[in-house]
Amino acid sequence: MYDLRLSDLANRRQLTYILPVKIHEYQAKAVLARFGVPVPRGEVTFSADNVADIARKLGGGVSVVKAQIHAGGRGKGGGVKVAKSPEEAQQLARSILGMTLVTHQTGPEGKKVGRLLIEEGLQIERELYVSIVIDRASASPVVIASAAGGMDIEEVAASHPEKILRETVQRGTGLLPFEGRKLAFAMGLDGAAAGKFTKVLASLYEAFIATDASMIEINPLVLTKEGNLLALDAKVTFDDSALYRHPDLKELRDESEEDPLEVEASKFSLNYIRLDGNIGCMVNGAGLAMATMDIIKLAGGEPANFLDVGGGANAEQIRNAFKILMSDANVKAVLINIFGGILRCDVLAQGVIAAVKELGVPVPIVIRMEGTNVEEGKRLLQESGLNFATADSMGEAASKVVASAAAQKGTN
Amino acid sequence: MAVLLDRNTRLVVQGLTGREGTFHAKAAAAYGTTVVGGVTPGKGGMTHEGWPVFNSVHDAVRETGANASVIFVPPPAAADAIMEATDAGIPLAVCITEGIPTVDMLKVWTFMDGKKTRLVGPNCPGVITAGQAKAGIIPGHICKEGRIGIVSKSGTLTYEAIHQLSKQGMGQTTCIGIGGDPLIGTNFIDALRLFAADSDTEAVIMIGEIGGTAEQEAAAYIKKEFRKPVVGFIAGQTAPPGRRMGHAGAIIAGGQGTAAEKMEALTKAGVRVAKSPADMGVAMKEVLGR
Repeated sequence: MYDLRLSDLANRRQLTYILPVKIHEYQAKAVLARFGVPVPRGEVTFSADNVADIARKLGGGVSVVKAQIHAGGRGKGGGVKVAKSPEEAQQLARSILGMTLVTHQTGPEGKKVGRLLIEEGLQIERELYVSIVIDRASASPVVIASAAGGMDIEEVAASHPEKILRETVQRGTGLLPFEGRKLAFAMGLDGAAAGKFTKVLASLYEAFIATDASMIEINPLVLTKEGNLLALDAKVTFDDSALYRHPDLKELRDESEEDPLEVEASKFSLNYIRLDGNIGCMVNGAGLAMATMDIIKLAGGEPANFLDVGGGANAEQIRNAFKILMSDANVKAVLINIFGGILRCDVLAQGVIAAVKELGVPVPIVIRMEGTNVEEGKRLLQESGLNFATADSMGEAASKVVASAAAQKGTN
Repeated sequence: MAVLLDRNTRLVVQGLTGREGTFHAKAAAAYGTTVVGGVTPGKGGMTHEGWPVFNSVHDAVRETGANASVIFVPPPAAADAIMEATDAGIPLAVCITEGIPTVDMLKVWTFMDGKKTRLVGPNCPGVITAGQAKAGIIPGHICKEGRIGIVSKSGTLTYEAIHQLSKQGMGQTTCIGIGGDPLIGTNFIDALRLFAADSDTEAVIMIGEIGGTAEQEAAAYIKKEFRKPVVGFIAGQTAPPGRRMGHAGAIIAGGQGTAAEKMEALTKAGVRVAKSPADMGVAMKEVLGR
């Protein structure tokens, strides 16, 4: 089910201006702790040198060394290790810090570990799962819980759907204590643990609304042998549209975890996502941009990116977009597909001509434009003396650009 | 007849004095829409581009008889603007604003429960009834009067559909951009119900995107009771899993969210699904046997 593909949701690549903002585990725990969610004692470090000291401060017994990267599957990838002594913790830290961690969510290139979280070890009795997201169908927040915590929740949802519990929150009242109890007893918790769960869930819900989160996921939420309930791991993403009212959360962004071109594009308010193909695309509007990628694929090509220049783009935006597009060395041909509404075709043509003259774009460019002032735009392109191919329909544009890219590939 | 907007529409522009509000109010008036005034709190009593400005939607309704509102208010104040329009009893509020926090939209939903105002959007291109009136940013000159209704999550893809229809000699009744955000007012089914009841609308183009389950729910509705021909298109057939493309809604989230599943559901409901975005107009022509 849509709502249950949480690790997928959490795994989205993040663009600050348009995508939910993702933070590290230790940051998520600090945010949740502010709302009363119990988390293990721990400390973050950027160096392996002080890890033994941190482990001693945590009691000197068993500790856990956890790589901090924006991806799940860290344990399986070798990024989470248990140490029996402070000295072992330090040794483990030296081997993990700086390593390139490859998990099923990082892609084959992996992610370099630059930060470690050192936490106290816990005696774990049970592992639970709990998350909060917005459900579109009911237009309400929904709590998802499972007694099968500590595992890949999508696998649980697929193999044992009956183990996934769901509670839709009434928008007007917010989460109510009985809803927490209902979930707790359904997971088989006893009275004392159910009381604790209800409290933790109330804190999570308060954090969800107060921080404008788009997702909070605790997997696992552990019940210790002493009977305490703690968030052993935490994933939180925030609604980028609400970041303006959370300057403190904005600070938590770690640009080293993001694609450099996507970071650069976000500075110009361009919605850019890098893909693996060789046909650069520049389109106005997210839907048309996706449709353009679709038609390139239908024509036998592979898009190099998704790029939405927005409805109100001007000549300057077009220039910036070109710069971003051409920074990707894989691009062998460019398709510009603009339906001029607010953005006039003559303005677009001027922007393209100026950018190509300034940047000296070395690959073929196919332009398809339609809408406001299209005749004037076409005239400007023709009279520029530059080598543009034009097309009258999306279908024609796609075949032309795919052929151009193939020809370029042949010459390289 | 058309739906939502027509010659009797009296449009008030919330955020009239801003750059976007001014630009699109003028465009709407130039298209023939009766724009009766604007709302900018604190600027009541002013005249802007010849239109009276009011401090509240309530004042605007009382003084001008406005029966529709288009909202060009910046994101931090947009949810409040929608609720104000609702409280003033305006039958139709069209919110163009992009980037309203989801938590604010939860409040809007709660506030609008049981009230008579219909919301279109937010984060949408608005509504246009060909040759009659428009509320939003859809360019009027590409539309042509005719008998096809359009309902779409995407802005520029709506323009593409209008253009393809016009090229095939088919005009439109009303085009409704519902927006791609997670929480929107009017959804596919609401729009289809309007078209079902409109004798001028002969067939409908429905444009969806990856993410969510609104298209599947629409497919179930169409199968059950929608009796006019529908051509569909789903954007994002080739989007990589786990990536979100712009709209908060455009997420491939597996299960019930992929383009393939949506296309299959629509096809099973008897919708003619165009695989290529270039074929929406041609497909409609074929479906209508012209």
